[in-house]
Amino acid sequence: MGMGNDRTVLTGIHFWDGDYACAEGAIAAGCRFFAGYPITPSTEIAERIAQRFPLLGGTFIQMEDELASMAAILGAVWAGTKAMTVTSGPGFSLMQENIGLGVMTETPCVVVDVQRGGPSTGLPTLTGQQDMMQARWGSHGDYEIIALSPSSPQECFDLTITCFNLAEQYRVPVLFMMDECVGHMTEKVVVPPVEQIKLYPRRWYRGPKEKYRPFQAEADGVPLMVRAGRDYRVHITGLTHDERGYPVINAECQNWCVSRLVNKIRDNADKIVMIEEFHTENADVVVIAYGISARVAFRAIDDARARGAKVGMLRLITVWPFPERRVAELAQRVKAFVMPEINMGQVYLELERVVAGRCQTRHVPHCGGWVHNPQDIFDAIMEYVR
Amino acid sequence: MIERLDRHPLDDLLRVDRIPHIWCPTCGLGIVLNAFLTALRETGIPQEDTVVVSGIGCTGRAAGYVNLDSFHTTHGRALPFATGLKLGNPKLKVVVISGDGDLVAIGGNHLIHSARRNMDMTVICVNNFNYAMTGGQFGPTTPKQAKLTTAPYGSYEHPFNLPFLVESCGATYVARWTVLHIRQMTNSIKEALLHPGFSFAEIISPCPTVYGRRNQLGSGLDIVRYYQEKSVVKNDVDTRECEIELGGEIIVGRFVQRRKPTYLEMMNEYLGQIVGEDFVPYQGPMDDTGD
Repeated sequence: MGMGNDRTVLTGIHFWDGDYACAEGAIAAGCRFFAGYPITPSTEIAERIAQRFPLLGGTFIQMEDELASMAAILGAVWAGTKAMTVTSGPGFSLMQENIGLGVMTETPCVVVDVQRGGPSTGLPTLTGQQDMMQARWGSHGDYEIIALSPSSPQECFDLTITCFNLAEQYRVPVLFMMDECVGHMTEKVVVPPVEQIKLYPRRWYRGPKEKYRPFQAEADGVPLMVRAGRDYRVHITGLTHDERGYPVINAECQNWCVSRLVNKIRDNADKIVMIEEFHTENADVVVIAYGISARVAFRAIDDARARGAKVGMLRLITVWPFPERRVAELAQRVKAFVMPEINMGQVYLELERVVAGRCQTRHVPHCGGWVHNPQDIFDAIMEYVR
Repeated sequence: MIERLDRHPLDDLLRVDRIPHIWCPTCGLGIVLNAFLTALRETGIPQEDTVVVSGIGCTGRAAGYVNLDSFHTTHGRALPFATGLKLGNPKLKVVVISGDGDLVAIGGNHLIHSARRNMDMTVICVNNFNYAMTGGQFGPTTPKQAKLTTAPYGSYEHPFNLPFLVESCGATYVARWTVLHIRQMTNSIKEALLHPGFSFAEIISPCPTVYGRRNQLGSGLDIVRYYQEKSVVKNDVDTRECEIELGGEIIVGRFVQRRKPTYLEMMNEYLGQIVGEDFVPYQGPMDDTGD
């Protein structure tokens, strides 16, 4: 693949918003196909890509809608590229069916959702974290997905690369759940030298053609891939299929097919999950947050700690799969988890399930349109501090 | 002297381990598939470069029977998936084989935009005037008065005239044949495959099990006999005249064949001109051979 010229990876220090940083992260990850449809507040990513791709050997196409955008990136990946699409709430809804096709056909790709307030058209220009459950199970049928959430423009750059790497490693669409605040926040972004950017290569099959079985899993549950045009004569379908990729419409094959799709994520969850902890060692209260809400919560944590409260933070970088093991460990010894989200309780439901009554849990809801007042998070923390 | 063949002459282009197929006796889809594979072979286009994409429905199953790289996608989305394949690897010959409901109803938006872009691909649209796989519901091509399960008193909607639709949107090759016209159909598919840009072949195909039965059209043979009696070859006709009425005349022929820059030509030439020496054309797919 052509890496273009020396303008491909813009090594250096920049002052970018999260949307631009995400676009640059995709470019640094080797993404060379982009299909999208304009929607606030994600459009700046598409704009940046449209401007940059002709300078570095990428193909940008603006499709007629989000259903087409999602379908196009799947096609481009099977042609042998790395591909991405970006959208916001309403477009994310339209992409769901083909995200399911990506899951079923194990097509590595990245879908960015710069979240805004909903439901429906909601608050096009204002923030939200209300698509988190849609990220998990928005497509029909049963599956597991990988979703990451950045808290800064720097993470928009770094984690977009991580999204591509996870997509390649586990052959699954990876969802990058940004929010309007992080997308439009402008901060310092450091782009490292090319040689410091680690890319997970596509898991190409290189054995004899006659022995290739498109859905025969390796030890970690993930099959090897070929690209169209290489005479492997693959058949790839959204129907339940066997190792050859042929449709088999019965419960036995469904069990084989779906349990592998689910287990390749569940069994590798410890390797996939990324979290960040602050002051959790002897905390009485742990705040769990992601995206912009984690940034806001730090103010509340600082204020509470200034008053002597033992408060820590567990920041979710990976939201799906949820860091079950670590949360369960902490639940044995903390008094409470406090979880601010810009929704009425989505990832919080998973927290409650994992905690299973071993300590208290408290959601700090927000309907969207703005971030939490840190005072609300502070008050929730102090309820559990003597 | 009659030569005995142990294999069908197209066996190397079929997934013989998936046959028998699911299509009903006297359905026209087998004939269309035969015509496509024959045409493909006659073009000399390398088989390994050829990719078949389909959506959902009876015709959507075509991708599963061809021994080529083939993708059976979601309902209506064959065209955008095919667009990604073509742009991801411009070397590929991308062929979409799907039905009227898939391409024109749920996928209608993609059809008009793919035609508008003059996207480099061939579409074989098998029109059986109904949603057959779900048991025979009316669709965007169903002639007025035709009865189907969701139009029990007959359809009262105005149907699409597909050649006119796609021509007006920008398709640069447009033909229509029935499955009776095997040679003309094969030849048109061949021309479509060799045509640069968006080529579209509508193939009228009998559905005796559902559409035919609901409208007392008789057996598959009776339906093909109707094609024989009522088809009129009018090459280069004004596509506005190509409307189809229940039991009426079917205008067939090659209607449009013109050269216009394709999507890829436009993109590369325009950006090359405007961006100038800074323009880096797309370099093709990732290398899958090295370690």
